Amino acid sequence: MDTSHARSFMPGDVVRVAGRASLGHCRTPWYLRGKTGVVAAIQGTFRNPEMLAYHKPGLPAVVLYKVRFKQSELWERYAGPACDQLEVDIFEHWLEPTKGRMANGE
Amino acid sequence: MHNDHHDHDGHDHEHPHRKDHDAGPMSAYEVLEEAVRSLLIEKGVLTAQEIAAQVDVMDSRSPALGGRVVARAWTDPAFKKRLLADTRAALAEVGIDIGTLAEFRVVENTAKVHNVIVCTLCSCYPKMLLGVPPAWYKSLAYRSRTVVDPRGVLVEFGADVPDGVEVRVHDSTADLRYIVLPMRPKGTRGWSEEKLAAIVTRDCMIGTALPRV
Amino acid sequence: MPEPKRKTLKRKGAGGRAVHDVGGLALGSIDREEHDLALWEKRTDAMLILLRDNKRRVLSVDSHRRTIEDYGQQAYDSTTYYEKWIRAIRNLLVEQNVLTRGEIEARMAEIRARHETGGRKISRGKIPW
Repeated sequence: MDTSHARSFMPGDVVRVAGRASLGHCRTPWYLRGKTGVVAAIQGTFRNPEMLAYHKPGLPAVVLYKVRFKQSELWERYAGPACDQLEVDIFEHWLEPTKGRMANGE
Repeated sequence: MHNDHHDHDGHDHEHPHRKDHDAGPMSAYEVLEEAVRSLLIEKGVLTAQEIAAQVDVMDSRSPALGGRVVARAWTDPAFKKRLLADTRAALAEVGIDIGTLAEFRVVENTAKVHNVIVCTLCSCYPKMLLGVPPAWYKSLAYRSRTVVDPRGVLVEFGADVPDGVEVRVHDSTADLRYIVLPMRPKGTRGWSEEKLAAIVTRDCMIGTALPRV
Repeated sequence: MPEPKRKTLKRKGAGGRAVHDVGGLALGSIDREEHDLALWEKRTDAMLILLRDNKRRVLSVDSHRRTIEDYGQQAYDSTTYYEKWIRAIRNLLVEQNVLTRGEIEARMAEIRARHETGGRKISRGKIPW
């Protein structure tokens, strides 16, 4: 796990989910890898489940973000309307910054 | 008749269990469970009483608890605000201790947004408020399809959402559990909390159903 | 009820998507039939909760998930929810040196023999380690 990240995101930040492959236990779903979304909320800090899965302490605790995605941007042929969205809780070390910021954090 | 009263320690199980003998021969997994349980008891890791008590806790949980919370939120706007802002604290107010394993979050359905909950990676579920998850919630079909085709899934469940309303899917990937606060339907003015709670089904709080009057 | 066998879409190693990571795949129609859990399933659930509590901490919800995720696709798809659970509990108990493989296999043989003597039919299936 890359702990040199240590960047903080704020609600409204446009973020990209890392495109790398996971090693062992991972709670960042495959369908989100490389996708771009907006931070909707900061959910707190948690011990890293990727380490807890191997009975390691999982420290330092990692920041968890609620990230919101437009369904039309996640799926090539999404059948629903443009307003549909999806929200997922993602750990900081799986998020990369982009230059974007959404107005009003929407 | 599969009878294992000998290891109930005199404890009556009132809740129905699926009768294994109806399904054919005892499976290797059932034998494994008995082997593991008996060894752990012998070694003092667990006791039969602890196991029985935990089974009772599981049996005692039902969506009725979640339904009562929804009904309270419908009738008490200040409580609803607190429930959305700090779910743990609001639940504690009404005597519900969600324990230390996970945080709960309530997501509100509105005229603009319809929420649906799924756990694509396993089957995380707010058991404290809703009881045991249904088999379909844990199924590969639900887990795989709900994120990519939520409207198709909702149609299958009979919960159509118009195109002008956003369908928002929540994939529970971390230690937060989500419950949907459905919209209070028309035609329920003046109803008691008890009457309101009765129309809030488990599926309403997952997001695959709408409360019906 | 076991999940229907999926003849298509070998997932493991398919570009790195793990077998349990199924979001976005089209994995069949949703069977909405409901049934009560069997007693052995409830006890499996109970044992997991107790084994991960503060008194014991023999395993964690995370290590339990990880163990299940390490199954191959065939095993993952063809076993039920609690079948996965009890197999994972077994493996973690051995991994964590609480029980030995020999003890478990010996006890299973005893239990099989006792039930068969009592007239109960037992499946011959093995549960891979």
